Amino acid sequence: MLTEVATKEDMKVIVFQLAGKEYVIPVHQVQSIEKIMHITRVPKTPSYVKGVLNLRGVVTPIIDLRERFGIETKVADDHSRMIMAKVGELEVGLIVDAANDVLDISPDMIEPQPDVVGSIENTFIEGVAKIDRRLLVLLNLEQVLHPVKQDV
Amino acid sequence: MEVSQYLEMFIEESKENLQACSENLLELEKNPTDLSIVNEIFRSAHTLKGMSATMGYEDLADLTHKMENVLDAIRNEKIAVTTEILDVVFVAVDHLEAMVMDIASGGDGKRDVSETVTQLNAIEKGESLAEVAATTAAPTPSKDESETSSVSKLTYDEFEWTVIDQSREQHFHAYEITVELREDCLLKAARVFMVFELLEKMGEVIKSSPSVDKLEEEQFDQHFTVAFVTHESADDVKQKVMKVSEVTNVSVQMISKNNAAPSTAATSITENAPLENNDDKTPVVAKDQAPAKQAVQAGNKTIRVNIDRLDVLMNLFEELVIDRGRLQSIAADLSHPELDETVERMTRISGDLQTIILTMRMVPVETVFNRFPKMVRQLARDLNKKINLEIIGAETELDRTVIDEIGDPLVHLIRNALDHGVERPEIRVANGKPEEGTVSLRAYHSGNHVFIELEDDGGGINKEKVLQKAISKGIITQENAAMLSDRQVFELIMSSGFSTADTISDVSGRGVGLDVVKSTIESLGGTITIDSTEGKGSLFSIQLPLTLSIISVMLVEMEKEIFAVPLSSIIETAIIRKSDILNAHNQRVIDFRGKVVPLVFLDETFEVPRDETKDDEFLSVVIVRKGEKMAALVVDSFIGQQEVVLKSLGNYLTSVFAISGATILGNGQVALIVDCNALIN
Repeated sequence: MLTEVATKEDMKVIVFQLAGKEYVIPVHQVQSIEKIMHITRVPKTPSYVKGVLNLRGVVTPIIDLRERFGIETKVADDHSRMIMAKVGELEVGLIVDAANDVLDISPDMIEPQPDVVGSIENTFIEGVAKIDRRLLVLLNLEQVLHPVKQDV
Repeated sequence: MEVSQYLEMFIEESKENLQACSENLLELEKNPTDLSIVNEIFRSAHTLKGMSATMGYEDLADLTHKMENVLDAIRNEKIAVTTEILDVVFVAVDHLEAMVMDIASGGDGKRDVSETVTQLNAIEKGESLAEVAATTAAPTPSKDESETSSVSKLTYDEFEWTVIDQSREQHFHAYEITVELREDCLLKAARVFMVFELLEKMGEVIKSSPSVDKLEEEQFDQHFTVAFVTHESADDVKQKVMKVSEVTNVSVQMISKNNAAPSTAATSITENAPLENNDDKTPVVAKDQAPAKQAVQAGNKTIRVNIDRLDVLMNLFEELVIDRGRLQSIAADLSHPELDETVERMTRISGDLQTIILTMRMVPVETVFNRFPKMVRQLARDLNKKINLEIIGAETELDRTVIDEIGDPLVHLIRNALDHGVERPEIRVANGKPEEGTVSLRAYHSGNHVFIELEDDGGGINKEKVLQKAISKGIITQENAAMLSDRQVFELIMSSGFSTADTISDVSGRGVGLDVVKSTIESLGGTITIDSTEGKGSLFSIQLPLTLSIISVMLVEMEKEIFAVPLSSIIETAIIRKSDILNAHNQRVIDFRGKVVPLVFLDETFEVPRDETKDDEFLSVVIVRKGEKMAALVVDSFIGQQEVVLKSLGNYLTSVFAISGATILGNGQVALIVDCNALIN
């Protein structure tokens, strides 16, 4: 990922909010952003797996990013969105508090992750970028999704 | 010519033609005198030759041409069908298949086939066939006979005989003229036209073989035959036709009726009429009629569609179905008669459409099975065994994705069954079994699974030897060995350490590469089990999920959650009284028609969140089975039966407990499909 970032002039990212913080993921990993739809619970899966839904004919698992990151959960409201992401062969939806921005980040704005960023596991984080007074956390989706594949 | 865009089609069609060749060759072996089959093979080979030449695969075209020559000789009764000849032809087909496979995997389709070519040439020339011919019962007219007397390649129906007879009465001569064109003739159709034009000036052409339209399409080799009535003498006719350039040879024979009864055999196509030296009707009739009919069917009734496009179509369609549901509810709210009517019509049409789209992905397992008869024949000959292969349930439909994967494991298992399972004929006889071993290949649907079984009546597996081998290989320990069930013991032969031993056939008679089979099947989400009785035979049973197929399910509800239970697992549904529940070893059971059936509370198993504890006197249960075992699933209520599309939960959620997949309901929501097999121990 870092090499990819380094080779690109500007990286287009989707910005989303989670418990007051702003996170970004590269736009090429995002297929669409949807409002919360009916999710079918799947029993005997980790609690952050909210279930599956029908996304244009494809049964897609939905992950609550708050729970995945160990942040206190909150009931979905009007701002809640599902970011449909595709990483390699994995297609998942991520529930976030809000998603409303697309930004261009140039690689030199990105700094390696600080030692501690909130309570989120460092492996999930690719780096941070400061734009004006905003601090954006670059997520490493592969890491966010990877461990689950094995647990389940 | 830009051929790459046709490559896929070429490969598919070549495979089909080769398959047709193989099937018909097997058929021919059973009915060596039925020349209509030869014509079928010839036709397939000819198409293949034409296509490969067009695509620029000369080696492929050459070998096919050589094979065609042999077939042509058989067709013209220059040589008789024997097992030896068929062996060579089979080898040629194998080579051709290998070439096509090579092309399919990006190669150039080149292959050393010189040995086969030499053999084919020898057969075609009739070399070494003198003794072969002597030993066969099939009548082979000698060469001079066919030249001097009027061996007909044409047959005539009643009407044509009348024409011939009448023209004779009017002192016309009826000839059968065989024109041979030069091998490098470029415009065959043009030469045909010139010959015909010439003949029409002298008299009248009654009939031709191949038929005129085929001649026009150049669908013939170097020669063709016409029936012709004229005043001119045979010599004159011959010389005039010879004047047409690129004609190498013309033979003119008088048409004679001999002792044939023209109208009888001519009507039958399939009937295996006895070969009459001078007047065999059946094969030629079949050539003229049957292939033409089939060609029309094969040409117009199917179309190849990329499977990915079907997936897209299906997904799009499901969205349409969801919108249909919304429309229905809107129409119900508005209760506008015209809208109602339109929505109703749309519902019906989309229902029909759905059925069609869903069934498009399903392919009969036949497409895999039909390559086995030839393989078994060859293997049986190589191993000097007598094997009867039974195929049952070839029409069982499977999703295309499964079909593509299942072939190789099956080849492996069949080879194993033939090589190590079925004993040599002499041993079989000594053990009081029929000389011929039977291998059955079966396919059937059960539950949301497809079962493919391979059963042989061979020697079975020696449990003790397998155990000893496994212990000596360190696969299991002595203590473990005692605890294993028969099945578990047999399954040891599929463990990876087992198969590498080269002395394996002495031990169990099984186990060569079976670990690969097992892993392939498991990668498909299937399982394989082995049952065996020593001395009686073995049964390999493969259970495969229908990754993307349509199944009937019973939808059940718990709180607000809907689950689908595959109908094929369900024995029946029932309502029971809470007071009827018994306790046995902390397991709640019911007495169901005299059988003790354990209860599975699905809401507990699936951790369905409950607002309040339910306290009904009656419980709805679905009685499901897994083989002999049963269980009663307790649910809140039944919704009803429905056909659904099985979908996987995706790569992220693999192997969720007791859930075999998901499906999308009419309202667009996802319902999970219960894996009853996982619920029953």
